[in-house]
Amino acid sequence: MQILEYLKSNILYLDGGMGTLLHSEGLLPGELPERWNITHSDIITKIHKSYYDAGSNVVSTNTFGANVLKFSKDELEDIVSAAVKNARKALSESASSQPKWVALDIGPTGRMLKPYGDLDFEEAVSVFAETVRLGVKYGVDLIFIETMNDSYETKAALLAAKENSNLPVFVSNAYGEDGKLMTGASPEAIITLLEGMGADAVGMNCSLGPKALSTVAEEYLKYASVPVILKPNAGLPRSVEGKTVFDVMPGEFSKEVASLIQKGVRIVGGCCGTNPEYISATVKASSGVKPVEITKKNITAVSSYTHAVTFGGSPVLIGERINPTGKKRFKEALRAHDMDYILQEGVAQQDKGVDILDVNVGLPEIDETEMLCSAVTALQAIIDLPLQIDTSDAKAMECALRRYNGKAMINSVNGKAESMESVFPLAKKYGGLIVALTLDESGIPETAEGRVEIAEKILKKAKEYGIDKKDLIFDPLALTVSADNNAARETLRAVQLITTELGCNTSLGVSNVSFGLPQRDIINSTFFAMALSSGLSAAIMNPYSIEMMKVYHAYVALAGLDDNCGEYIGFTETLPETVVPSTQKVATSSDSFASSLQRAIVKGLGDEAATLTVELVKTVSPLKIVENEIIPALNTVGTGFEKKTVYLPQLLMSAEAAKSAFEVIKANMSGQGESGRCHVVIATVKGDIHDIGKNIVKLLLENYGFSVTDLGKDVEPETVLEAVQRLKAPIAGLSALMTTTVPAMEETIKLLHEKAPYCKVMVGGAVLTKEYADAIGADYFAKDAMEAVRCAEEIYKEAD
Amino acid sequence: MIYTFNYNAPPVNKREILRYAGVGKESENVSTLVEECLAEADSFIYKICMRQFSVKAEEFTDLEFVKTDSKTVKKCLEGCDSAIVFAATVGMGIDRLISKYSVISPARALIFQAIGAERIESLCDAFCEEMAKDKKITPRFSPGYGDFPLEVQRDIFSVLDCPRKIGLMLNESLIMSPSKSVTAIIGVKNADT
Repeated sequence: MQILEYLKSNILYLDGGMGTLLHSEGLLPGELPERWNITHSDIITKIHKSYYDAGSNVVSTNTFGANVLKFSKDELEDIVSAAVKNARKALSESASSQPKWVALDIGPTGRMLKPYGDLDFEEAVSVFAETVRLGVKYGVDLIFIETMNDSYETKAALLAAKENSNLPVFVSNAYGEDGKLMTGASPEAIITLLEGMGADAVGMNCSLGPKALSTVAEEYLKYASVPVILKPNAGLPRSVEGKTVFDVMPGEFSKEVASLIQKGVRIVGGCCGTNPEYISATVKASSGVKPVEITKKNITAVSSYTHAVTFGGSPVLIGERINPTGKKRFKEALRAHDMDYILQEGVAQQDKGVDILDVNVGLPEIDETEMLCSAVTALQAIIDLPLQIDTSDAKAMECALRRYNGKAMINSVNGKAESMESVFPLAKKYGGLIVALTLDESGIPETAEGRVEIAEKILKKAKEYGIDKKDLIFDPLALTVSADNNAARETLRAVQLITTELGCNTSLGVSNVSFGLPQRDIINSTFFAMALSSGLSAAIMNPYSIEMMKVYHAYVALAGLDDNCGEYIGFTETLPETVVPSTQKVATSSDSFASSLQRAIVKGLGDEAATLTVELVKTVSPLKIVENEIIPALNTVGTGFEKKTVYLPQLLMSAEAAKSAFEVIKANMSGQGESGRCHVVIATVKGDIHDIGKNIVKLLLENYGFSVTDLGKDVEPETVLEAVQRLKAPIAGLSALMTTTVPAMEETIKLLHEKAPYCKVMVGGAVLTKEYADAIGADYFAKDAMEAVRCAEEIYKEAD
Repeated sequence: MIYTFNYNAPPVNKREILRYAGVGKESENVSTLVEECLAEADSFIYKICMRQFSVKAEEFTDLEFVKTDSKTVKKCLEGCDSAIVFAATVGMGIDRLISKYSVISPARALIFQAIGAERIESLCDAFCEEMAKDKKITPRFSPGYGDFPLEVQRDIFSVLDCPRKIGLMLNESLIMSPSKSVTAIIGVKNADT
């Protein structure tokens, strides 16, 4: 019988711990247990057999750490082949009567994925793929991905399993005491991600005992539409009279597990510290328990690496600002690959309270696939909101969905055959909530009924691809009311019909409705209110519009979705009319400063510096402000820092305040081109993943008028060279934190000196000294950020 | 046997945070900045895994899992018949905050960096204090200190099973992720010394 078929009407028992048993058989500290498949196959087989004898339906191969990062390809093949053979032998030797299967066990790689570690996502996928292919080759019945404590690595493993086998895949994660993964994911987020990608069962193992895991298990039962796995530890190890014992005994363990089976858990076993006794006790304790039926939960949701956002309750706000359409500054940023600008747009929208960020970075002259992938990767490194991938380029869409750490929103599909054929397979493979526009080959129907018809067509086609109704959200298209009196009315009717007759969620890009009209905010916000009361589930909108946010918060309160109107009251307190501007008051007391602006910069008051600059540009030319206000203020602080009367945080606060002033200046100098000094290319060298020092240098260099191209961290020597050559940059700045990455720095310097001799290289970082810098051939050594500025000024003067 | 511990947050030492941030004399604006950052840094975990090994010191110091001719180790473990090897981390959350603020405010990124450094050191202090309750122990030292090779990180990671026990990983360049983490050794003195 197939395992998934069996699971429909039975409890499935897994095995228990392996590590503890191997240590008692003589495995040494630090010795790799996977090698025992070959050297001690009798012991491994004996342990597997004891689990089958105890009643396990599934035994996992002894391949937890069997991957190409730890073993050579040849040894890996020998290990997996032996491991499967051992399990198969145990299966055939065990006389117990329950149906039995062998699972390929896959644990984490033991390395952290980029950007917080050094393992690339695609490299992780190929590491898992190698083990999966061997498992398939040597004949396992299913794949068991377990003990994963990072959602991103879990995704890589599941993707590898799906791309290299047709076997059932079970996925189990390791949760901490806080009920979250080490990288922050909630059970709901993980379930959303894994079910989206087609995991056959999901659950939890390791880290805690059954009682401590029960809260997480109950979360799983609430959200999962597939069978739930529970494979806890025998509690935590402690030392009793010099001997190690686990604090949950088989009796208590099996009782706890059985009670969770009664609540709906369908796949059970044990992890660290458990042995065959725990399994037989669990089988016994749960015999006669009728398996709880598994029901589809029909939750419409997307997820990030921390949490899920669900549709159908409180309306979901999708921030529209990461989009170059009609934004000159954004286009400039895209052309310059200025990722920081995009990130700042993301953070600012998050601060305004959006639930999801739309990401559109398409421009005719740039490589959209590369740009979209970089943007998604950069955004998900620092912002925990789910993303809506917004592109019509299928290649860019696939790349972004693949790299996305969660289940994304896909923007968009429409009723055209071509569109559905390109988008649905991607959604099926990577998971995703698809925004479906109600238009097709013959355009946008005028009436609501016409749009509903297209929605029905899309639903039908999606079903052929195995995509549920819950994973589609319809956008019945807001058209311009100034062009057609009935436009808004029909859209609103379509929202109602799709909600009530099709039972589906809806989304609208609200702002289109007011195109061509004055005071668009008035129309937009009123239309938004009408759409919400028609049942709209989500809106793509501008969160900087106070009118829109007023409507949103008022609606949520009036619809009974805001307990005690707390959110609403909190929101009103942020409104400009209730916030008393403090600048006036401060500006009058200039102390000993030459001007209020200089004071604001020296004191590190960013908002005040910006406000004062806005006032100042009305009467003084931007260049004069830089020359007479900003630079003198920066010099005051810089000199103070060099004399050690000003400390680094203060220097940075001033630098940030100066930057705020510069932003105002820039906005007022449009058309005058790039001002300032030469290009500087900066990077943290290959292998090094800490870049705070480099970022500080960047900020100061920009303050002093240098045009800085920041290549980020863990950067290949060739990438630095490419940027230097492309910009003809006379200065490159490199940073390294560890002695282990200094060789990469040396290699980069060598390459630059050889291929771009016009470029002077300055270096800095925790481990470097002047002598060390000289030894690796650097042209300049800067002990801190101010010195980096002085070095750059010197190089710039000499080159001039 | 590897033991895993979860700690409660050790008390915050603001002076240490300022020291790590390179501040000699506290000023009002920096102080406010630190308070704001402390309020935002709320996702710390405090995890430690440890294992005890016997020590045999002759020409080489033999710690069971590693044999070294390091003079530093010999000196640090003088008079010890066993050693506690441990790894500690305060988790990923602070790394994300540092990265986020590197983009929007390097001043804050610097403060978060300092907070992270203070948190991990305070965690190690709390652990060592606890170990000192019923044993006579030496000060802690880490790979990379003196002539104790940094490469021993690999051995420590493999005997402590850090990724699985506390979610701590080692990169190829021997940098740890999460970054606010420590591996160290403390000697346990002979009963009769």
